[in-house]
Amino acid sequence: MEQFAALAQGFAVAASPENFVLMLVGILLGVIIGVLPGLGGANGIAILLPLTFSMNPTSAIIMLSCIYWGALFGGAITSILFNIPGEPWSVATTFDGYPLAQQGRAGTALTAAFTASFVGALLAVLLITFMAPLVASFALRFGPPEFFSVYLLTFCAFIGMNRGAALKTVASMMIGFGLAAVGLDTVTGQLRLTFGFTEMLKGFDFLIAVIGLFGIGEILLTIEEGLSFRGSKARLSLRVVFETWRELPRYWLSSLRSAGVGCLMGIVPGGATPASFMAYGVAKRFSPDAEQFGKGQVEGVVAPETAAHAAGTTALLPMMALGVPGSPTAAVLLGGLLIWGLQPGPLLFVEQKDFVWGLIASMYLGNLTGLLVVLSGVPLFAAILRIPFAIIAPVILIICAVGAYTVHNSVFDIYLMFAFGIVGYVFKKLNYPLAPLVLALVLGDRAEDSFRQSMLLSQGSLGIFFGSGIAGTLTTLAIVLLVWPLLGSMRTRSRRAATT
Amino acid sequence: MSAPQQDDRSAVSYWTMEAVVAIVLIALGALVAFDSARIGARWGDDGPQAGYFPFYVGVILSLVGAVTLFTSLRRTLARAHSFVSRGQLRLILRLLVPFLVFVVAIKPLGLYATSAIFIAYFMWRMGDFAWWLSALIPVGTVAVLFLMFEVWFKVPLPKGPLEAMLGLG
Repeated sequence: MEQFAALAQGFAVAASPENFVLMLVGILLGVIIGVLPGLGGANGIAILLPLTFSMNPTSAIIMLSCIYWGALFGGAITSILFNIPGEPWSVATTFDGYPLAQQGRAGTALTAAFTASFVGALLAVLLITFMAPLVASFALRFGPPEFFSVYLLTFCAFIGMNRGAALKTVASMMIGFGLAAVGLDTVTGQLRLTFGFTEMLKGFDFLIAVIGLFGIGEILLTIEEGLSFRGSKARLSLRVVFETWRELPRYWLSSLRSAGVGCLMGIVPGGATPASFMAYGVAKRFSPDAEQFGKGQVEGVVAPETAAHAAGTTALLPMMALGVPGSPTAAVLLGGLLIWGLQPGPLLFVEQKDFVWGLIASMYLGNLTGLLVVLSGVPLFAAILRIPFAIIAPVILIICAVGAYTVHNSVFDIYLMFAFGIVGYVFKKLNYPLAPLVLALVLGDRAEDSFRQSMLLSQGSLGIFFGSGIAGTLTTLAIVLLVWPLLGSMRTRSRRAATT
Repeated sequence: MSAPQQDDRSAVSYWTMEAVVAIVLIALGALVAFDSARIGARWGDDGPQAGYFPFYVGVILSLVGAVTLFTSLRRTLARAHSFVSRGQLRLILRLLVPFLVFVVAIKPLGLYATSAIFIAYFMWRMGDFAWWLSALIPVGTVAVLFLMFEVWFKVPLPKGPLEAMLGLG
């Protein structure tokens, strides 16, 4: 059991006083970010990333990933108390969380949500602990063709899973690829799509896109609903916490199912948002009192929160192991990895053991700390939303602008962020998914490079993507996932033709 | 804060927005494809040329835009469906216009001065705060920002004439 020795070493790294303080700072910042509309896991981390450039990578990732856990916890607070999902993945939590709060059971709902998040994360970290050595074992068998087939699988999975809006997913992804191609071509040194503008030479940084699309876009969506927040009173007594904890084991099966859904959606790039909706749907379907869902059912809070946290956590595994982020937030962390000078991929698990296991250990510690912090600090965090909108809105916008500026110390990036904000707002309202755009922008260059390197290896033959066992399996899987929605729509069409 | 805006009349229909975005996608795709074709989008001796990938990205983007445009044109029901109501649009513009002014003013005036003015403006327009509060909060926020970035993290933010005058530039 080599992972236990590695994990113990990881705990030693993560529990050093310096890292522990960073962990606490990360959790607190994360909860605040999660509570505030317009600041979320992905763009919150994007804004803070430039501040970690000079830090040691292990400390940096511990702090940033703790911001992520904090944001996951924080999203639940606003969903339950204010019926405002602070994060997209906590939308499903509002369905039953807010009715519970209106019945005066806000404490129960909050405790259930936090505990469920913790359980989801814990199950996911256990999974990561046992899968990480497995990943390391095939480290040396990964070359350019294997990497390209992983990227291909990621993109195809995204299109295949968004059945409703496959076309818009493709459009969003192509915009991401197009933006990624702007600037200097690394293979030939030619300029692409710069149209003679010097600002375009360095290309588009995805951090700017994330801050604009998710930050500014989200604020514009929030402000449509009015200029103030109205919410229930937040009180959380120890008695309510223990009462809820006694009630929770009743939902163990639902928790396990939701964690399963979450882990799966985190590893294949689905992310926390679809996982939470899916888990809610599954829980409702299997529950004996399904008609009570949406009216204030504790299980309706447990299921989406467990899944969202499980998905958010497992999304980091493919990010580190394959360089393929399972969610926009994981994509931002991936960007951090590259900036700190670490090459994600299976070799990371062999060469950077302290980093990988320090991060895994910090997931255990960070989530436990997070649970304690949010349980004790609910009134404080809820008070943030009582700050008048006239103050909080400009402050959030200023933070976004500062975050965009610090990426490259360039004012031009603030203009870009503004433009991305408008695009984000329009796309959100027209149901264009934003995650594929960010993912394509992050992975576009890398996917293209690995493709062209493979072509150099095989002298132009596409057969190389079926040349090895790993590459062949992944490529085939990718093609299956891509044509899956097509098959599905053909089936319904033929069925419709048969009935009429 | 003024009374909530109850103007529910549609400012733009969903259908119009869908069509406009689809046309923009087609144009964007065409632009990308043409510029990529210019630098070479063929399959060279050693694999694809520099423009190969972006060329097909552009072509696919245009195609997807065209299909979206075509399907949305047929969906006449969506014409009645609102993209954004007039009341909502007014709320958004009340935030977006000052924000645009803020973004444009950063270059000549520096980030700290514009931030203070930006917050003060919002407090004056949208809330009824005592005058001293409307001065204290912006200045306090900017001071925290300054301490955090310039002093603590040593990340310089853009500065303008005001900071130069105070000897902080």
